[in-house]
Amino acid sequence: MFKTKKLLKMAFVSTVAAAFLVGCGGGDDAQEDKDVLAQIKEDKKIVFGVKYDTRLFGLKNPSTGDVEGFDIDLSKALAEEMFGPDVKPEYKEVTSKTRVGLLNNGKIDAVVATMTINEERKKEVDFTDVYFDAGQSLLVEKGSKVQGIEDLSKDTTVLAVKGSTSAVNIREKAPEAKVLEFENYAEAFTALKSNKGDALTTDDSILYGMAEEDPSFELVGGTFTEEPYGIAVKKGNKELVDELNKALKSLKDSGKYDEIKDKWIKE
Amino acid sequence: MLDFSILTDNMDAFLEGFKVTLIASFIALICSFILGTLIAVMRIAPFKPINWIGTTYVEFIRNIPVLVIVFFTYLAGNFGGMAAGIIGLTVYTAAFIAEAIRAGIMSVPRGQMEAARSSGLTYGQAMRMVILPQAVKIVIPPLGNQFINLVKNSSLLAVVAGGDLMYQGDLISASTFVTFDTYIFVGLFYLILTIPLSFGVGYLEKRLARSN
Amino acid sequence: MNLLAPFIEVLTLDNIKFLLEGFMVTLKVAAISIVLSSIIGGLVGTLRYAKIPVVSQLLAVVVETIRNLPLLLIIFFTYFALPEIGIDMEIMTAAIVALTIFESAMLSEIIRSGLNSIDKGQIEAGRSSGLNYIQTLSYIVMPQALRRMVPPIVSQFISLLKDTSLAVVIALPDLLHNGQILYAQTGSGVTPIFTIVALMYFIVNFTLSRVARRLELKQV
Repeated sequence: MFKTKKLLKMAFVSTVAAAFLVGCGGGDDAQEDKDVLAQIKEDKKIVFGVKYDTRLFGLKNPSTGDVEGFDIDLSKALAEEMFGPDVKPEYKEVTSKTRVGLLNNGKIDAVVATMTINEERKKEVDFTDVYFDAGQSLLVEKGSKVQGIEDLSKDTTVLAVKGSTSAVNIREKAPEAKVLEFENYAEAFTALKSNKGDALTTDDSILYGMAEEDPSFELVGGTFTEEPYGIAVKKGNKELVDELNKALKSLKDSGKYDEIKDKWIKE
Repeated sequence: MLDFSILTDNMDAFLEGFKVTLIASFIALICSFILGTLIAVMRIAPFKPINWIGTTYVEFIRNIPVLVIVFFTYLAGNFGGMAAGIIGLTVYTAAFIAEAIRAGIMSVPRGQMEAARSSGLTYGQAMRMVILPQAVKIVIPPLGNQFINLVKNSSLLAVVAGGDLMYQGDLISASTFVTFDTYIFVGLFYLILTIPLSFGVGYLEKRLARSN
Repeated sequence: MNLLAPFIEVLTLDNIKFLLEGFMVTLKVAAISIVLSSIIGGLVGTLRYAKIPVVSQLLAVVVETIRNLPLLLIIFFTYFALPEIGIDMEIMTAAIVALTIFESAMLSEIIRSGLNSIDKGQIEAGRSSGLNYIQTLSYIVMPQALRRMVPPIVSQFISLLKDTSLAVVIALPDLLHNGQILYAQTGSGVTPIFTIVALMYFIVNFTLSRVARRLELKQV
């Protein structure tokens, strides 16, 4: 009898604790919204969220420790165009899963990380104009029986990254195929290399990087979606978006944009 | 308040993940018990090279992260996420179970082995019929603890796309953007499994302590 | 085919430097978490042992809940979910916080059961010889209990060091993370990289466990 009573007591206390936790969960965050642009000027630095694992766009070079790629060079040029030499660009690693959260809590000022503009995300963040036109495609081992999206039958497995649009898209376009999702591109590509799937799907821009890294893989079937990349900033920072758009346009006009693009993307 | 629509809308996914977690933990427990017993016997066998293999296994596996083992099994082997997860968990847990079993066997006085041998039993027979039955009593609570650890460690299936509770939770939070509530529900599902197990182990430990 | 060839190919100066860099992150995160969780775990374990009404029960619920959850979930939760209620952290801070929460709960259990293993008669003896409760705990019970606790505490520290690897899921640039990057980038196989990574963990943990065993033997 005594035991049961003790157990009941335990259960009651747990319920109270759980209710307490739940109460906390409901609480709105009372973080004050500071204007990001003003903050950048005050700190004399702008923090870009970039990928560290995506060849051609943002990749950490093991031997130098630097992050290299199109997104990095472009954001560097944008920072210089916007603020001159006064404001130092800094980089922080983001993944598809972390970038919106880091932006909203102010850890980063802007996301330049192969991020597709779409309606769903527009509710969460503000986007600049398109800075790169990508499209979703498939990467397979050379000689694979999969040569395009129509070959993704129910006997095939497609690898994708958690939290990416491509994972959602592929379920729509190839509903029969089995989809496995991984933490990041490094892990997804690692899995493809280890024969854990027939194809890896994401934006062609990223897949080109993987094919360059390991030439026994190739892109097949062209693109089957449009993935316009935009720079994302925290919602409500119109001024910063305008500044970024202005800088982007002048980089395009001056030819600097094409120079950066040609350096990384060879189609 | 918690958004219960996350739970109700995704009930199928939660339950599917829960099922995988349960099955994976259970299979891994059985397999690691068998492997662990084998290694424990190797460690105390009266033959040095076999001894040495058992000891090396235990010392090496216990001192490396289970995630390294799971990743390696997945990437180097020809298995799916769930199978690789189960194998990785088995390899890891077996080392701990072997130690628990060895401690149990060692707790049986040496004289009993000698007595059993001198009454004509082979080493294997003496082990099976005299020593192991007594060791089991001491071994059960630590085995229970290993099972709890297994349930918790089965969450590593999530990083090799093993389809477990944690993996499903990840997908739900990625598609709904409601991370906090999703993970709370995932946590509650784990507690449904682990809390009763913990109480059970605690109860066994107490009873055992009393009977000694 | 030379069996060692793939290993030699991987063992370039750059790669080793890169892996060691990751290992330093692993050790740093582990060291900070060990210090923090020893303090918190010691405190919580002692408070639970002392059976202070309400506080002890409340701590029991918290400790049991944390101990029964997967560390991976706690890491995900700390990094991905807490920002939704306004608490946000850098990757490394999040890793340390999550590890500290989990390992404190584990350590507090070790400390509590270590204290419990000391005969209650000793407390009475201490009290009747004029010491107060705190003095009895710190001069009589603690020193004896600590001696018994050393082996489980050290193995918990080893667990903690191994557990830091779980923070790869939030992209902590630790040993395992850097190992994965090397595997994904070089044409070399998964086996050499993972063997080297495993050996690095093994060397440190094995040394730790040997030191612990020596300490144990000295005391007996």
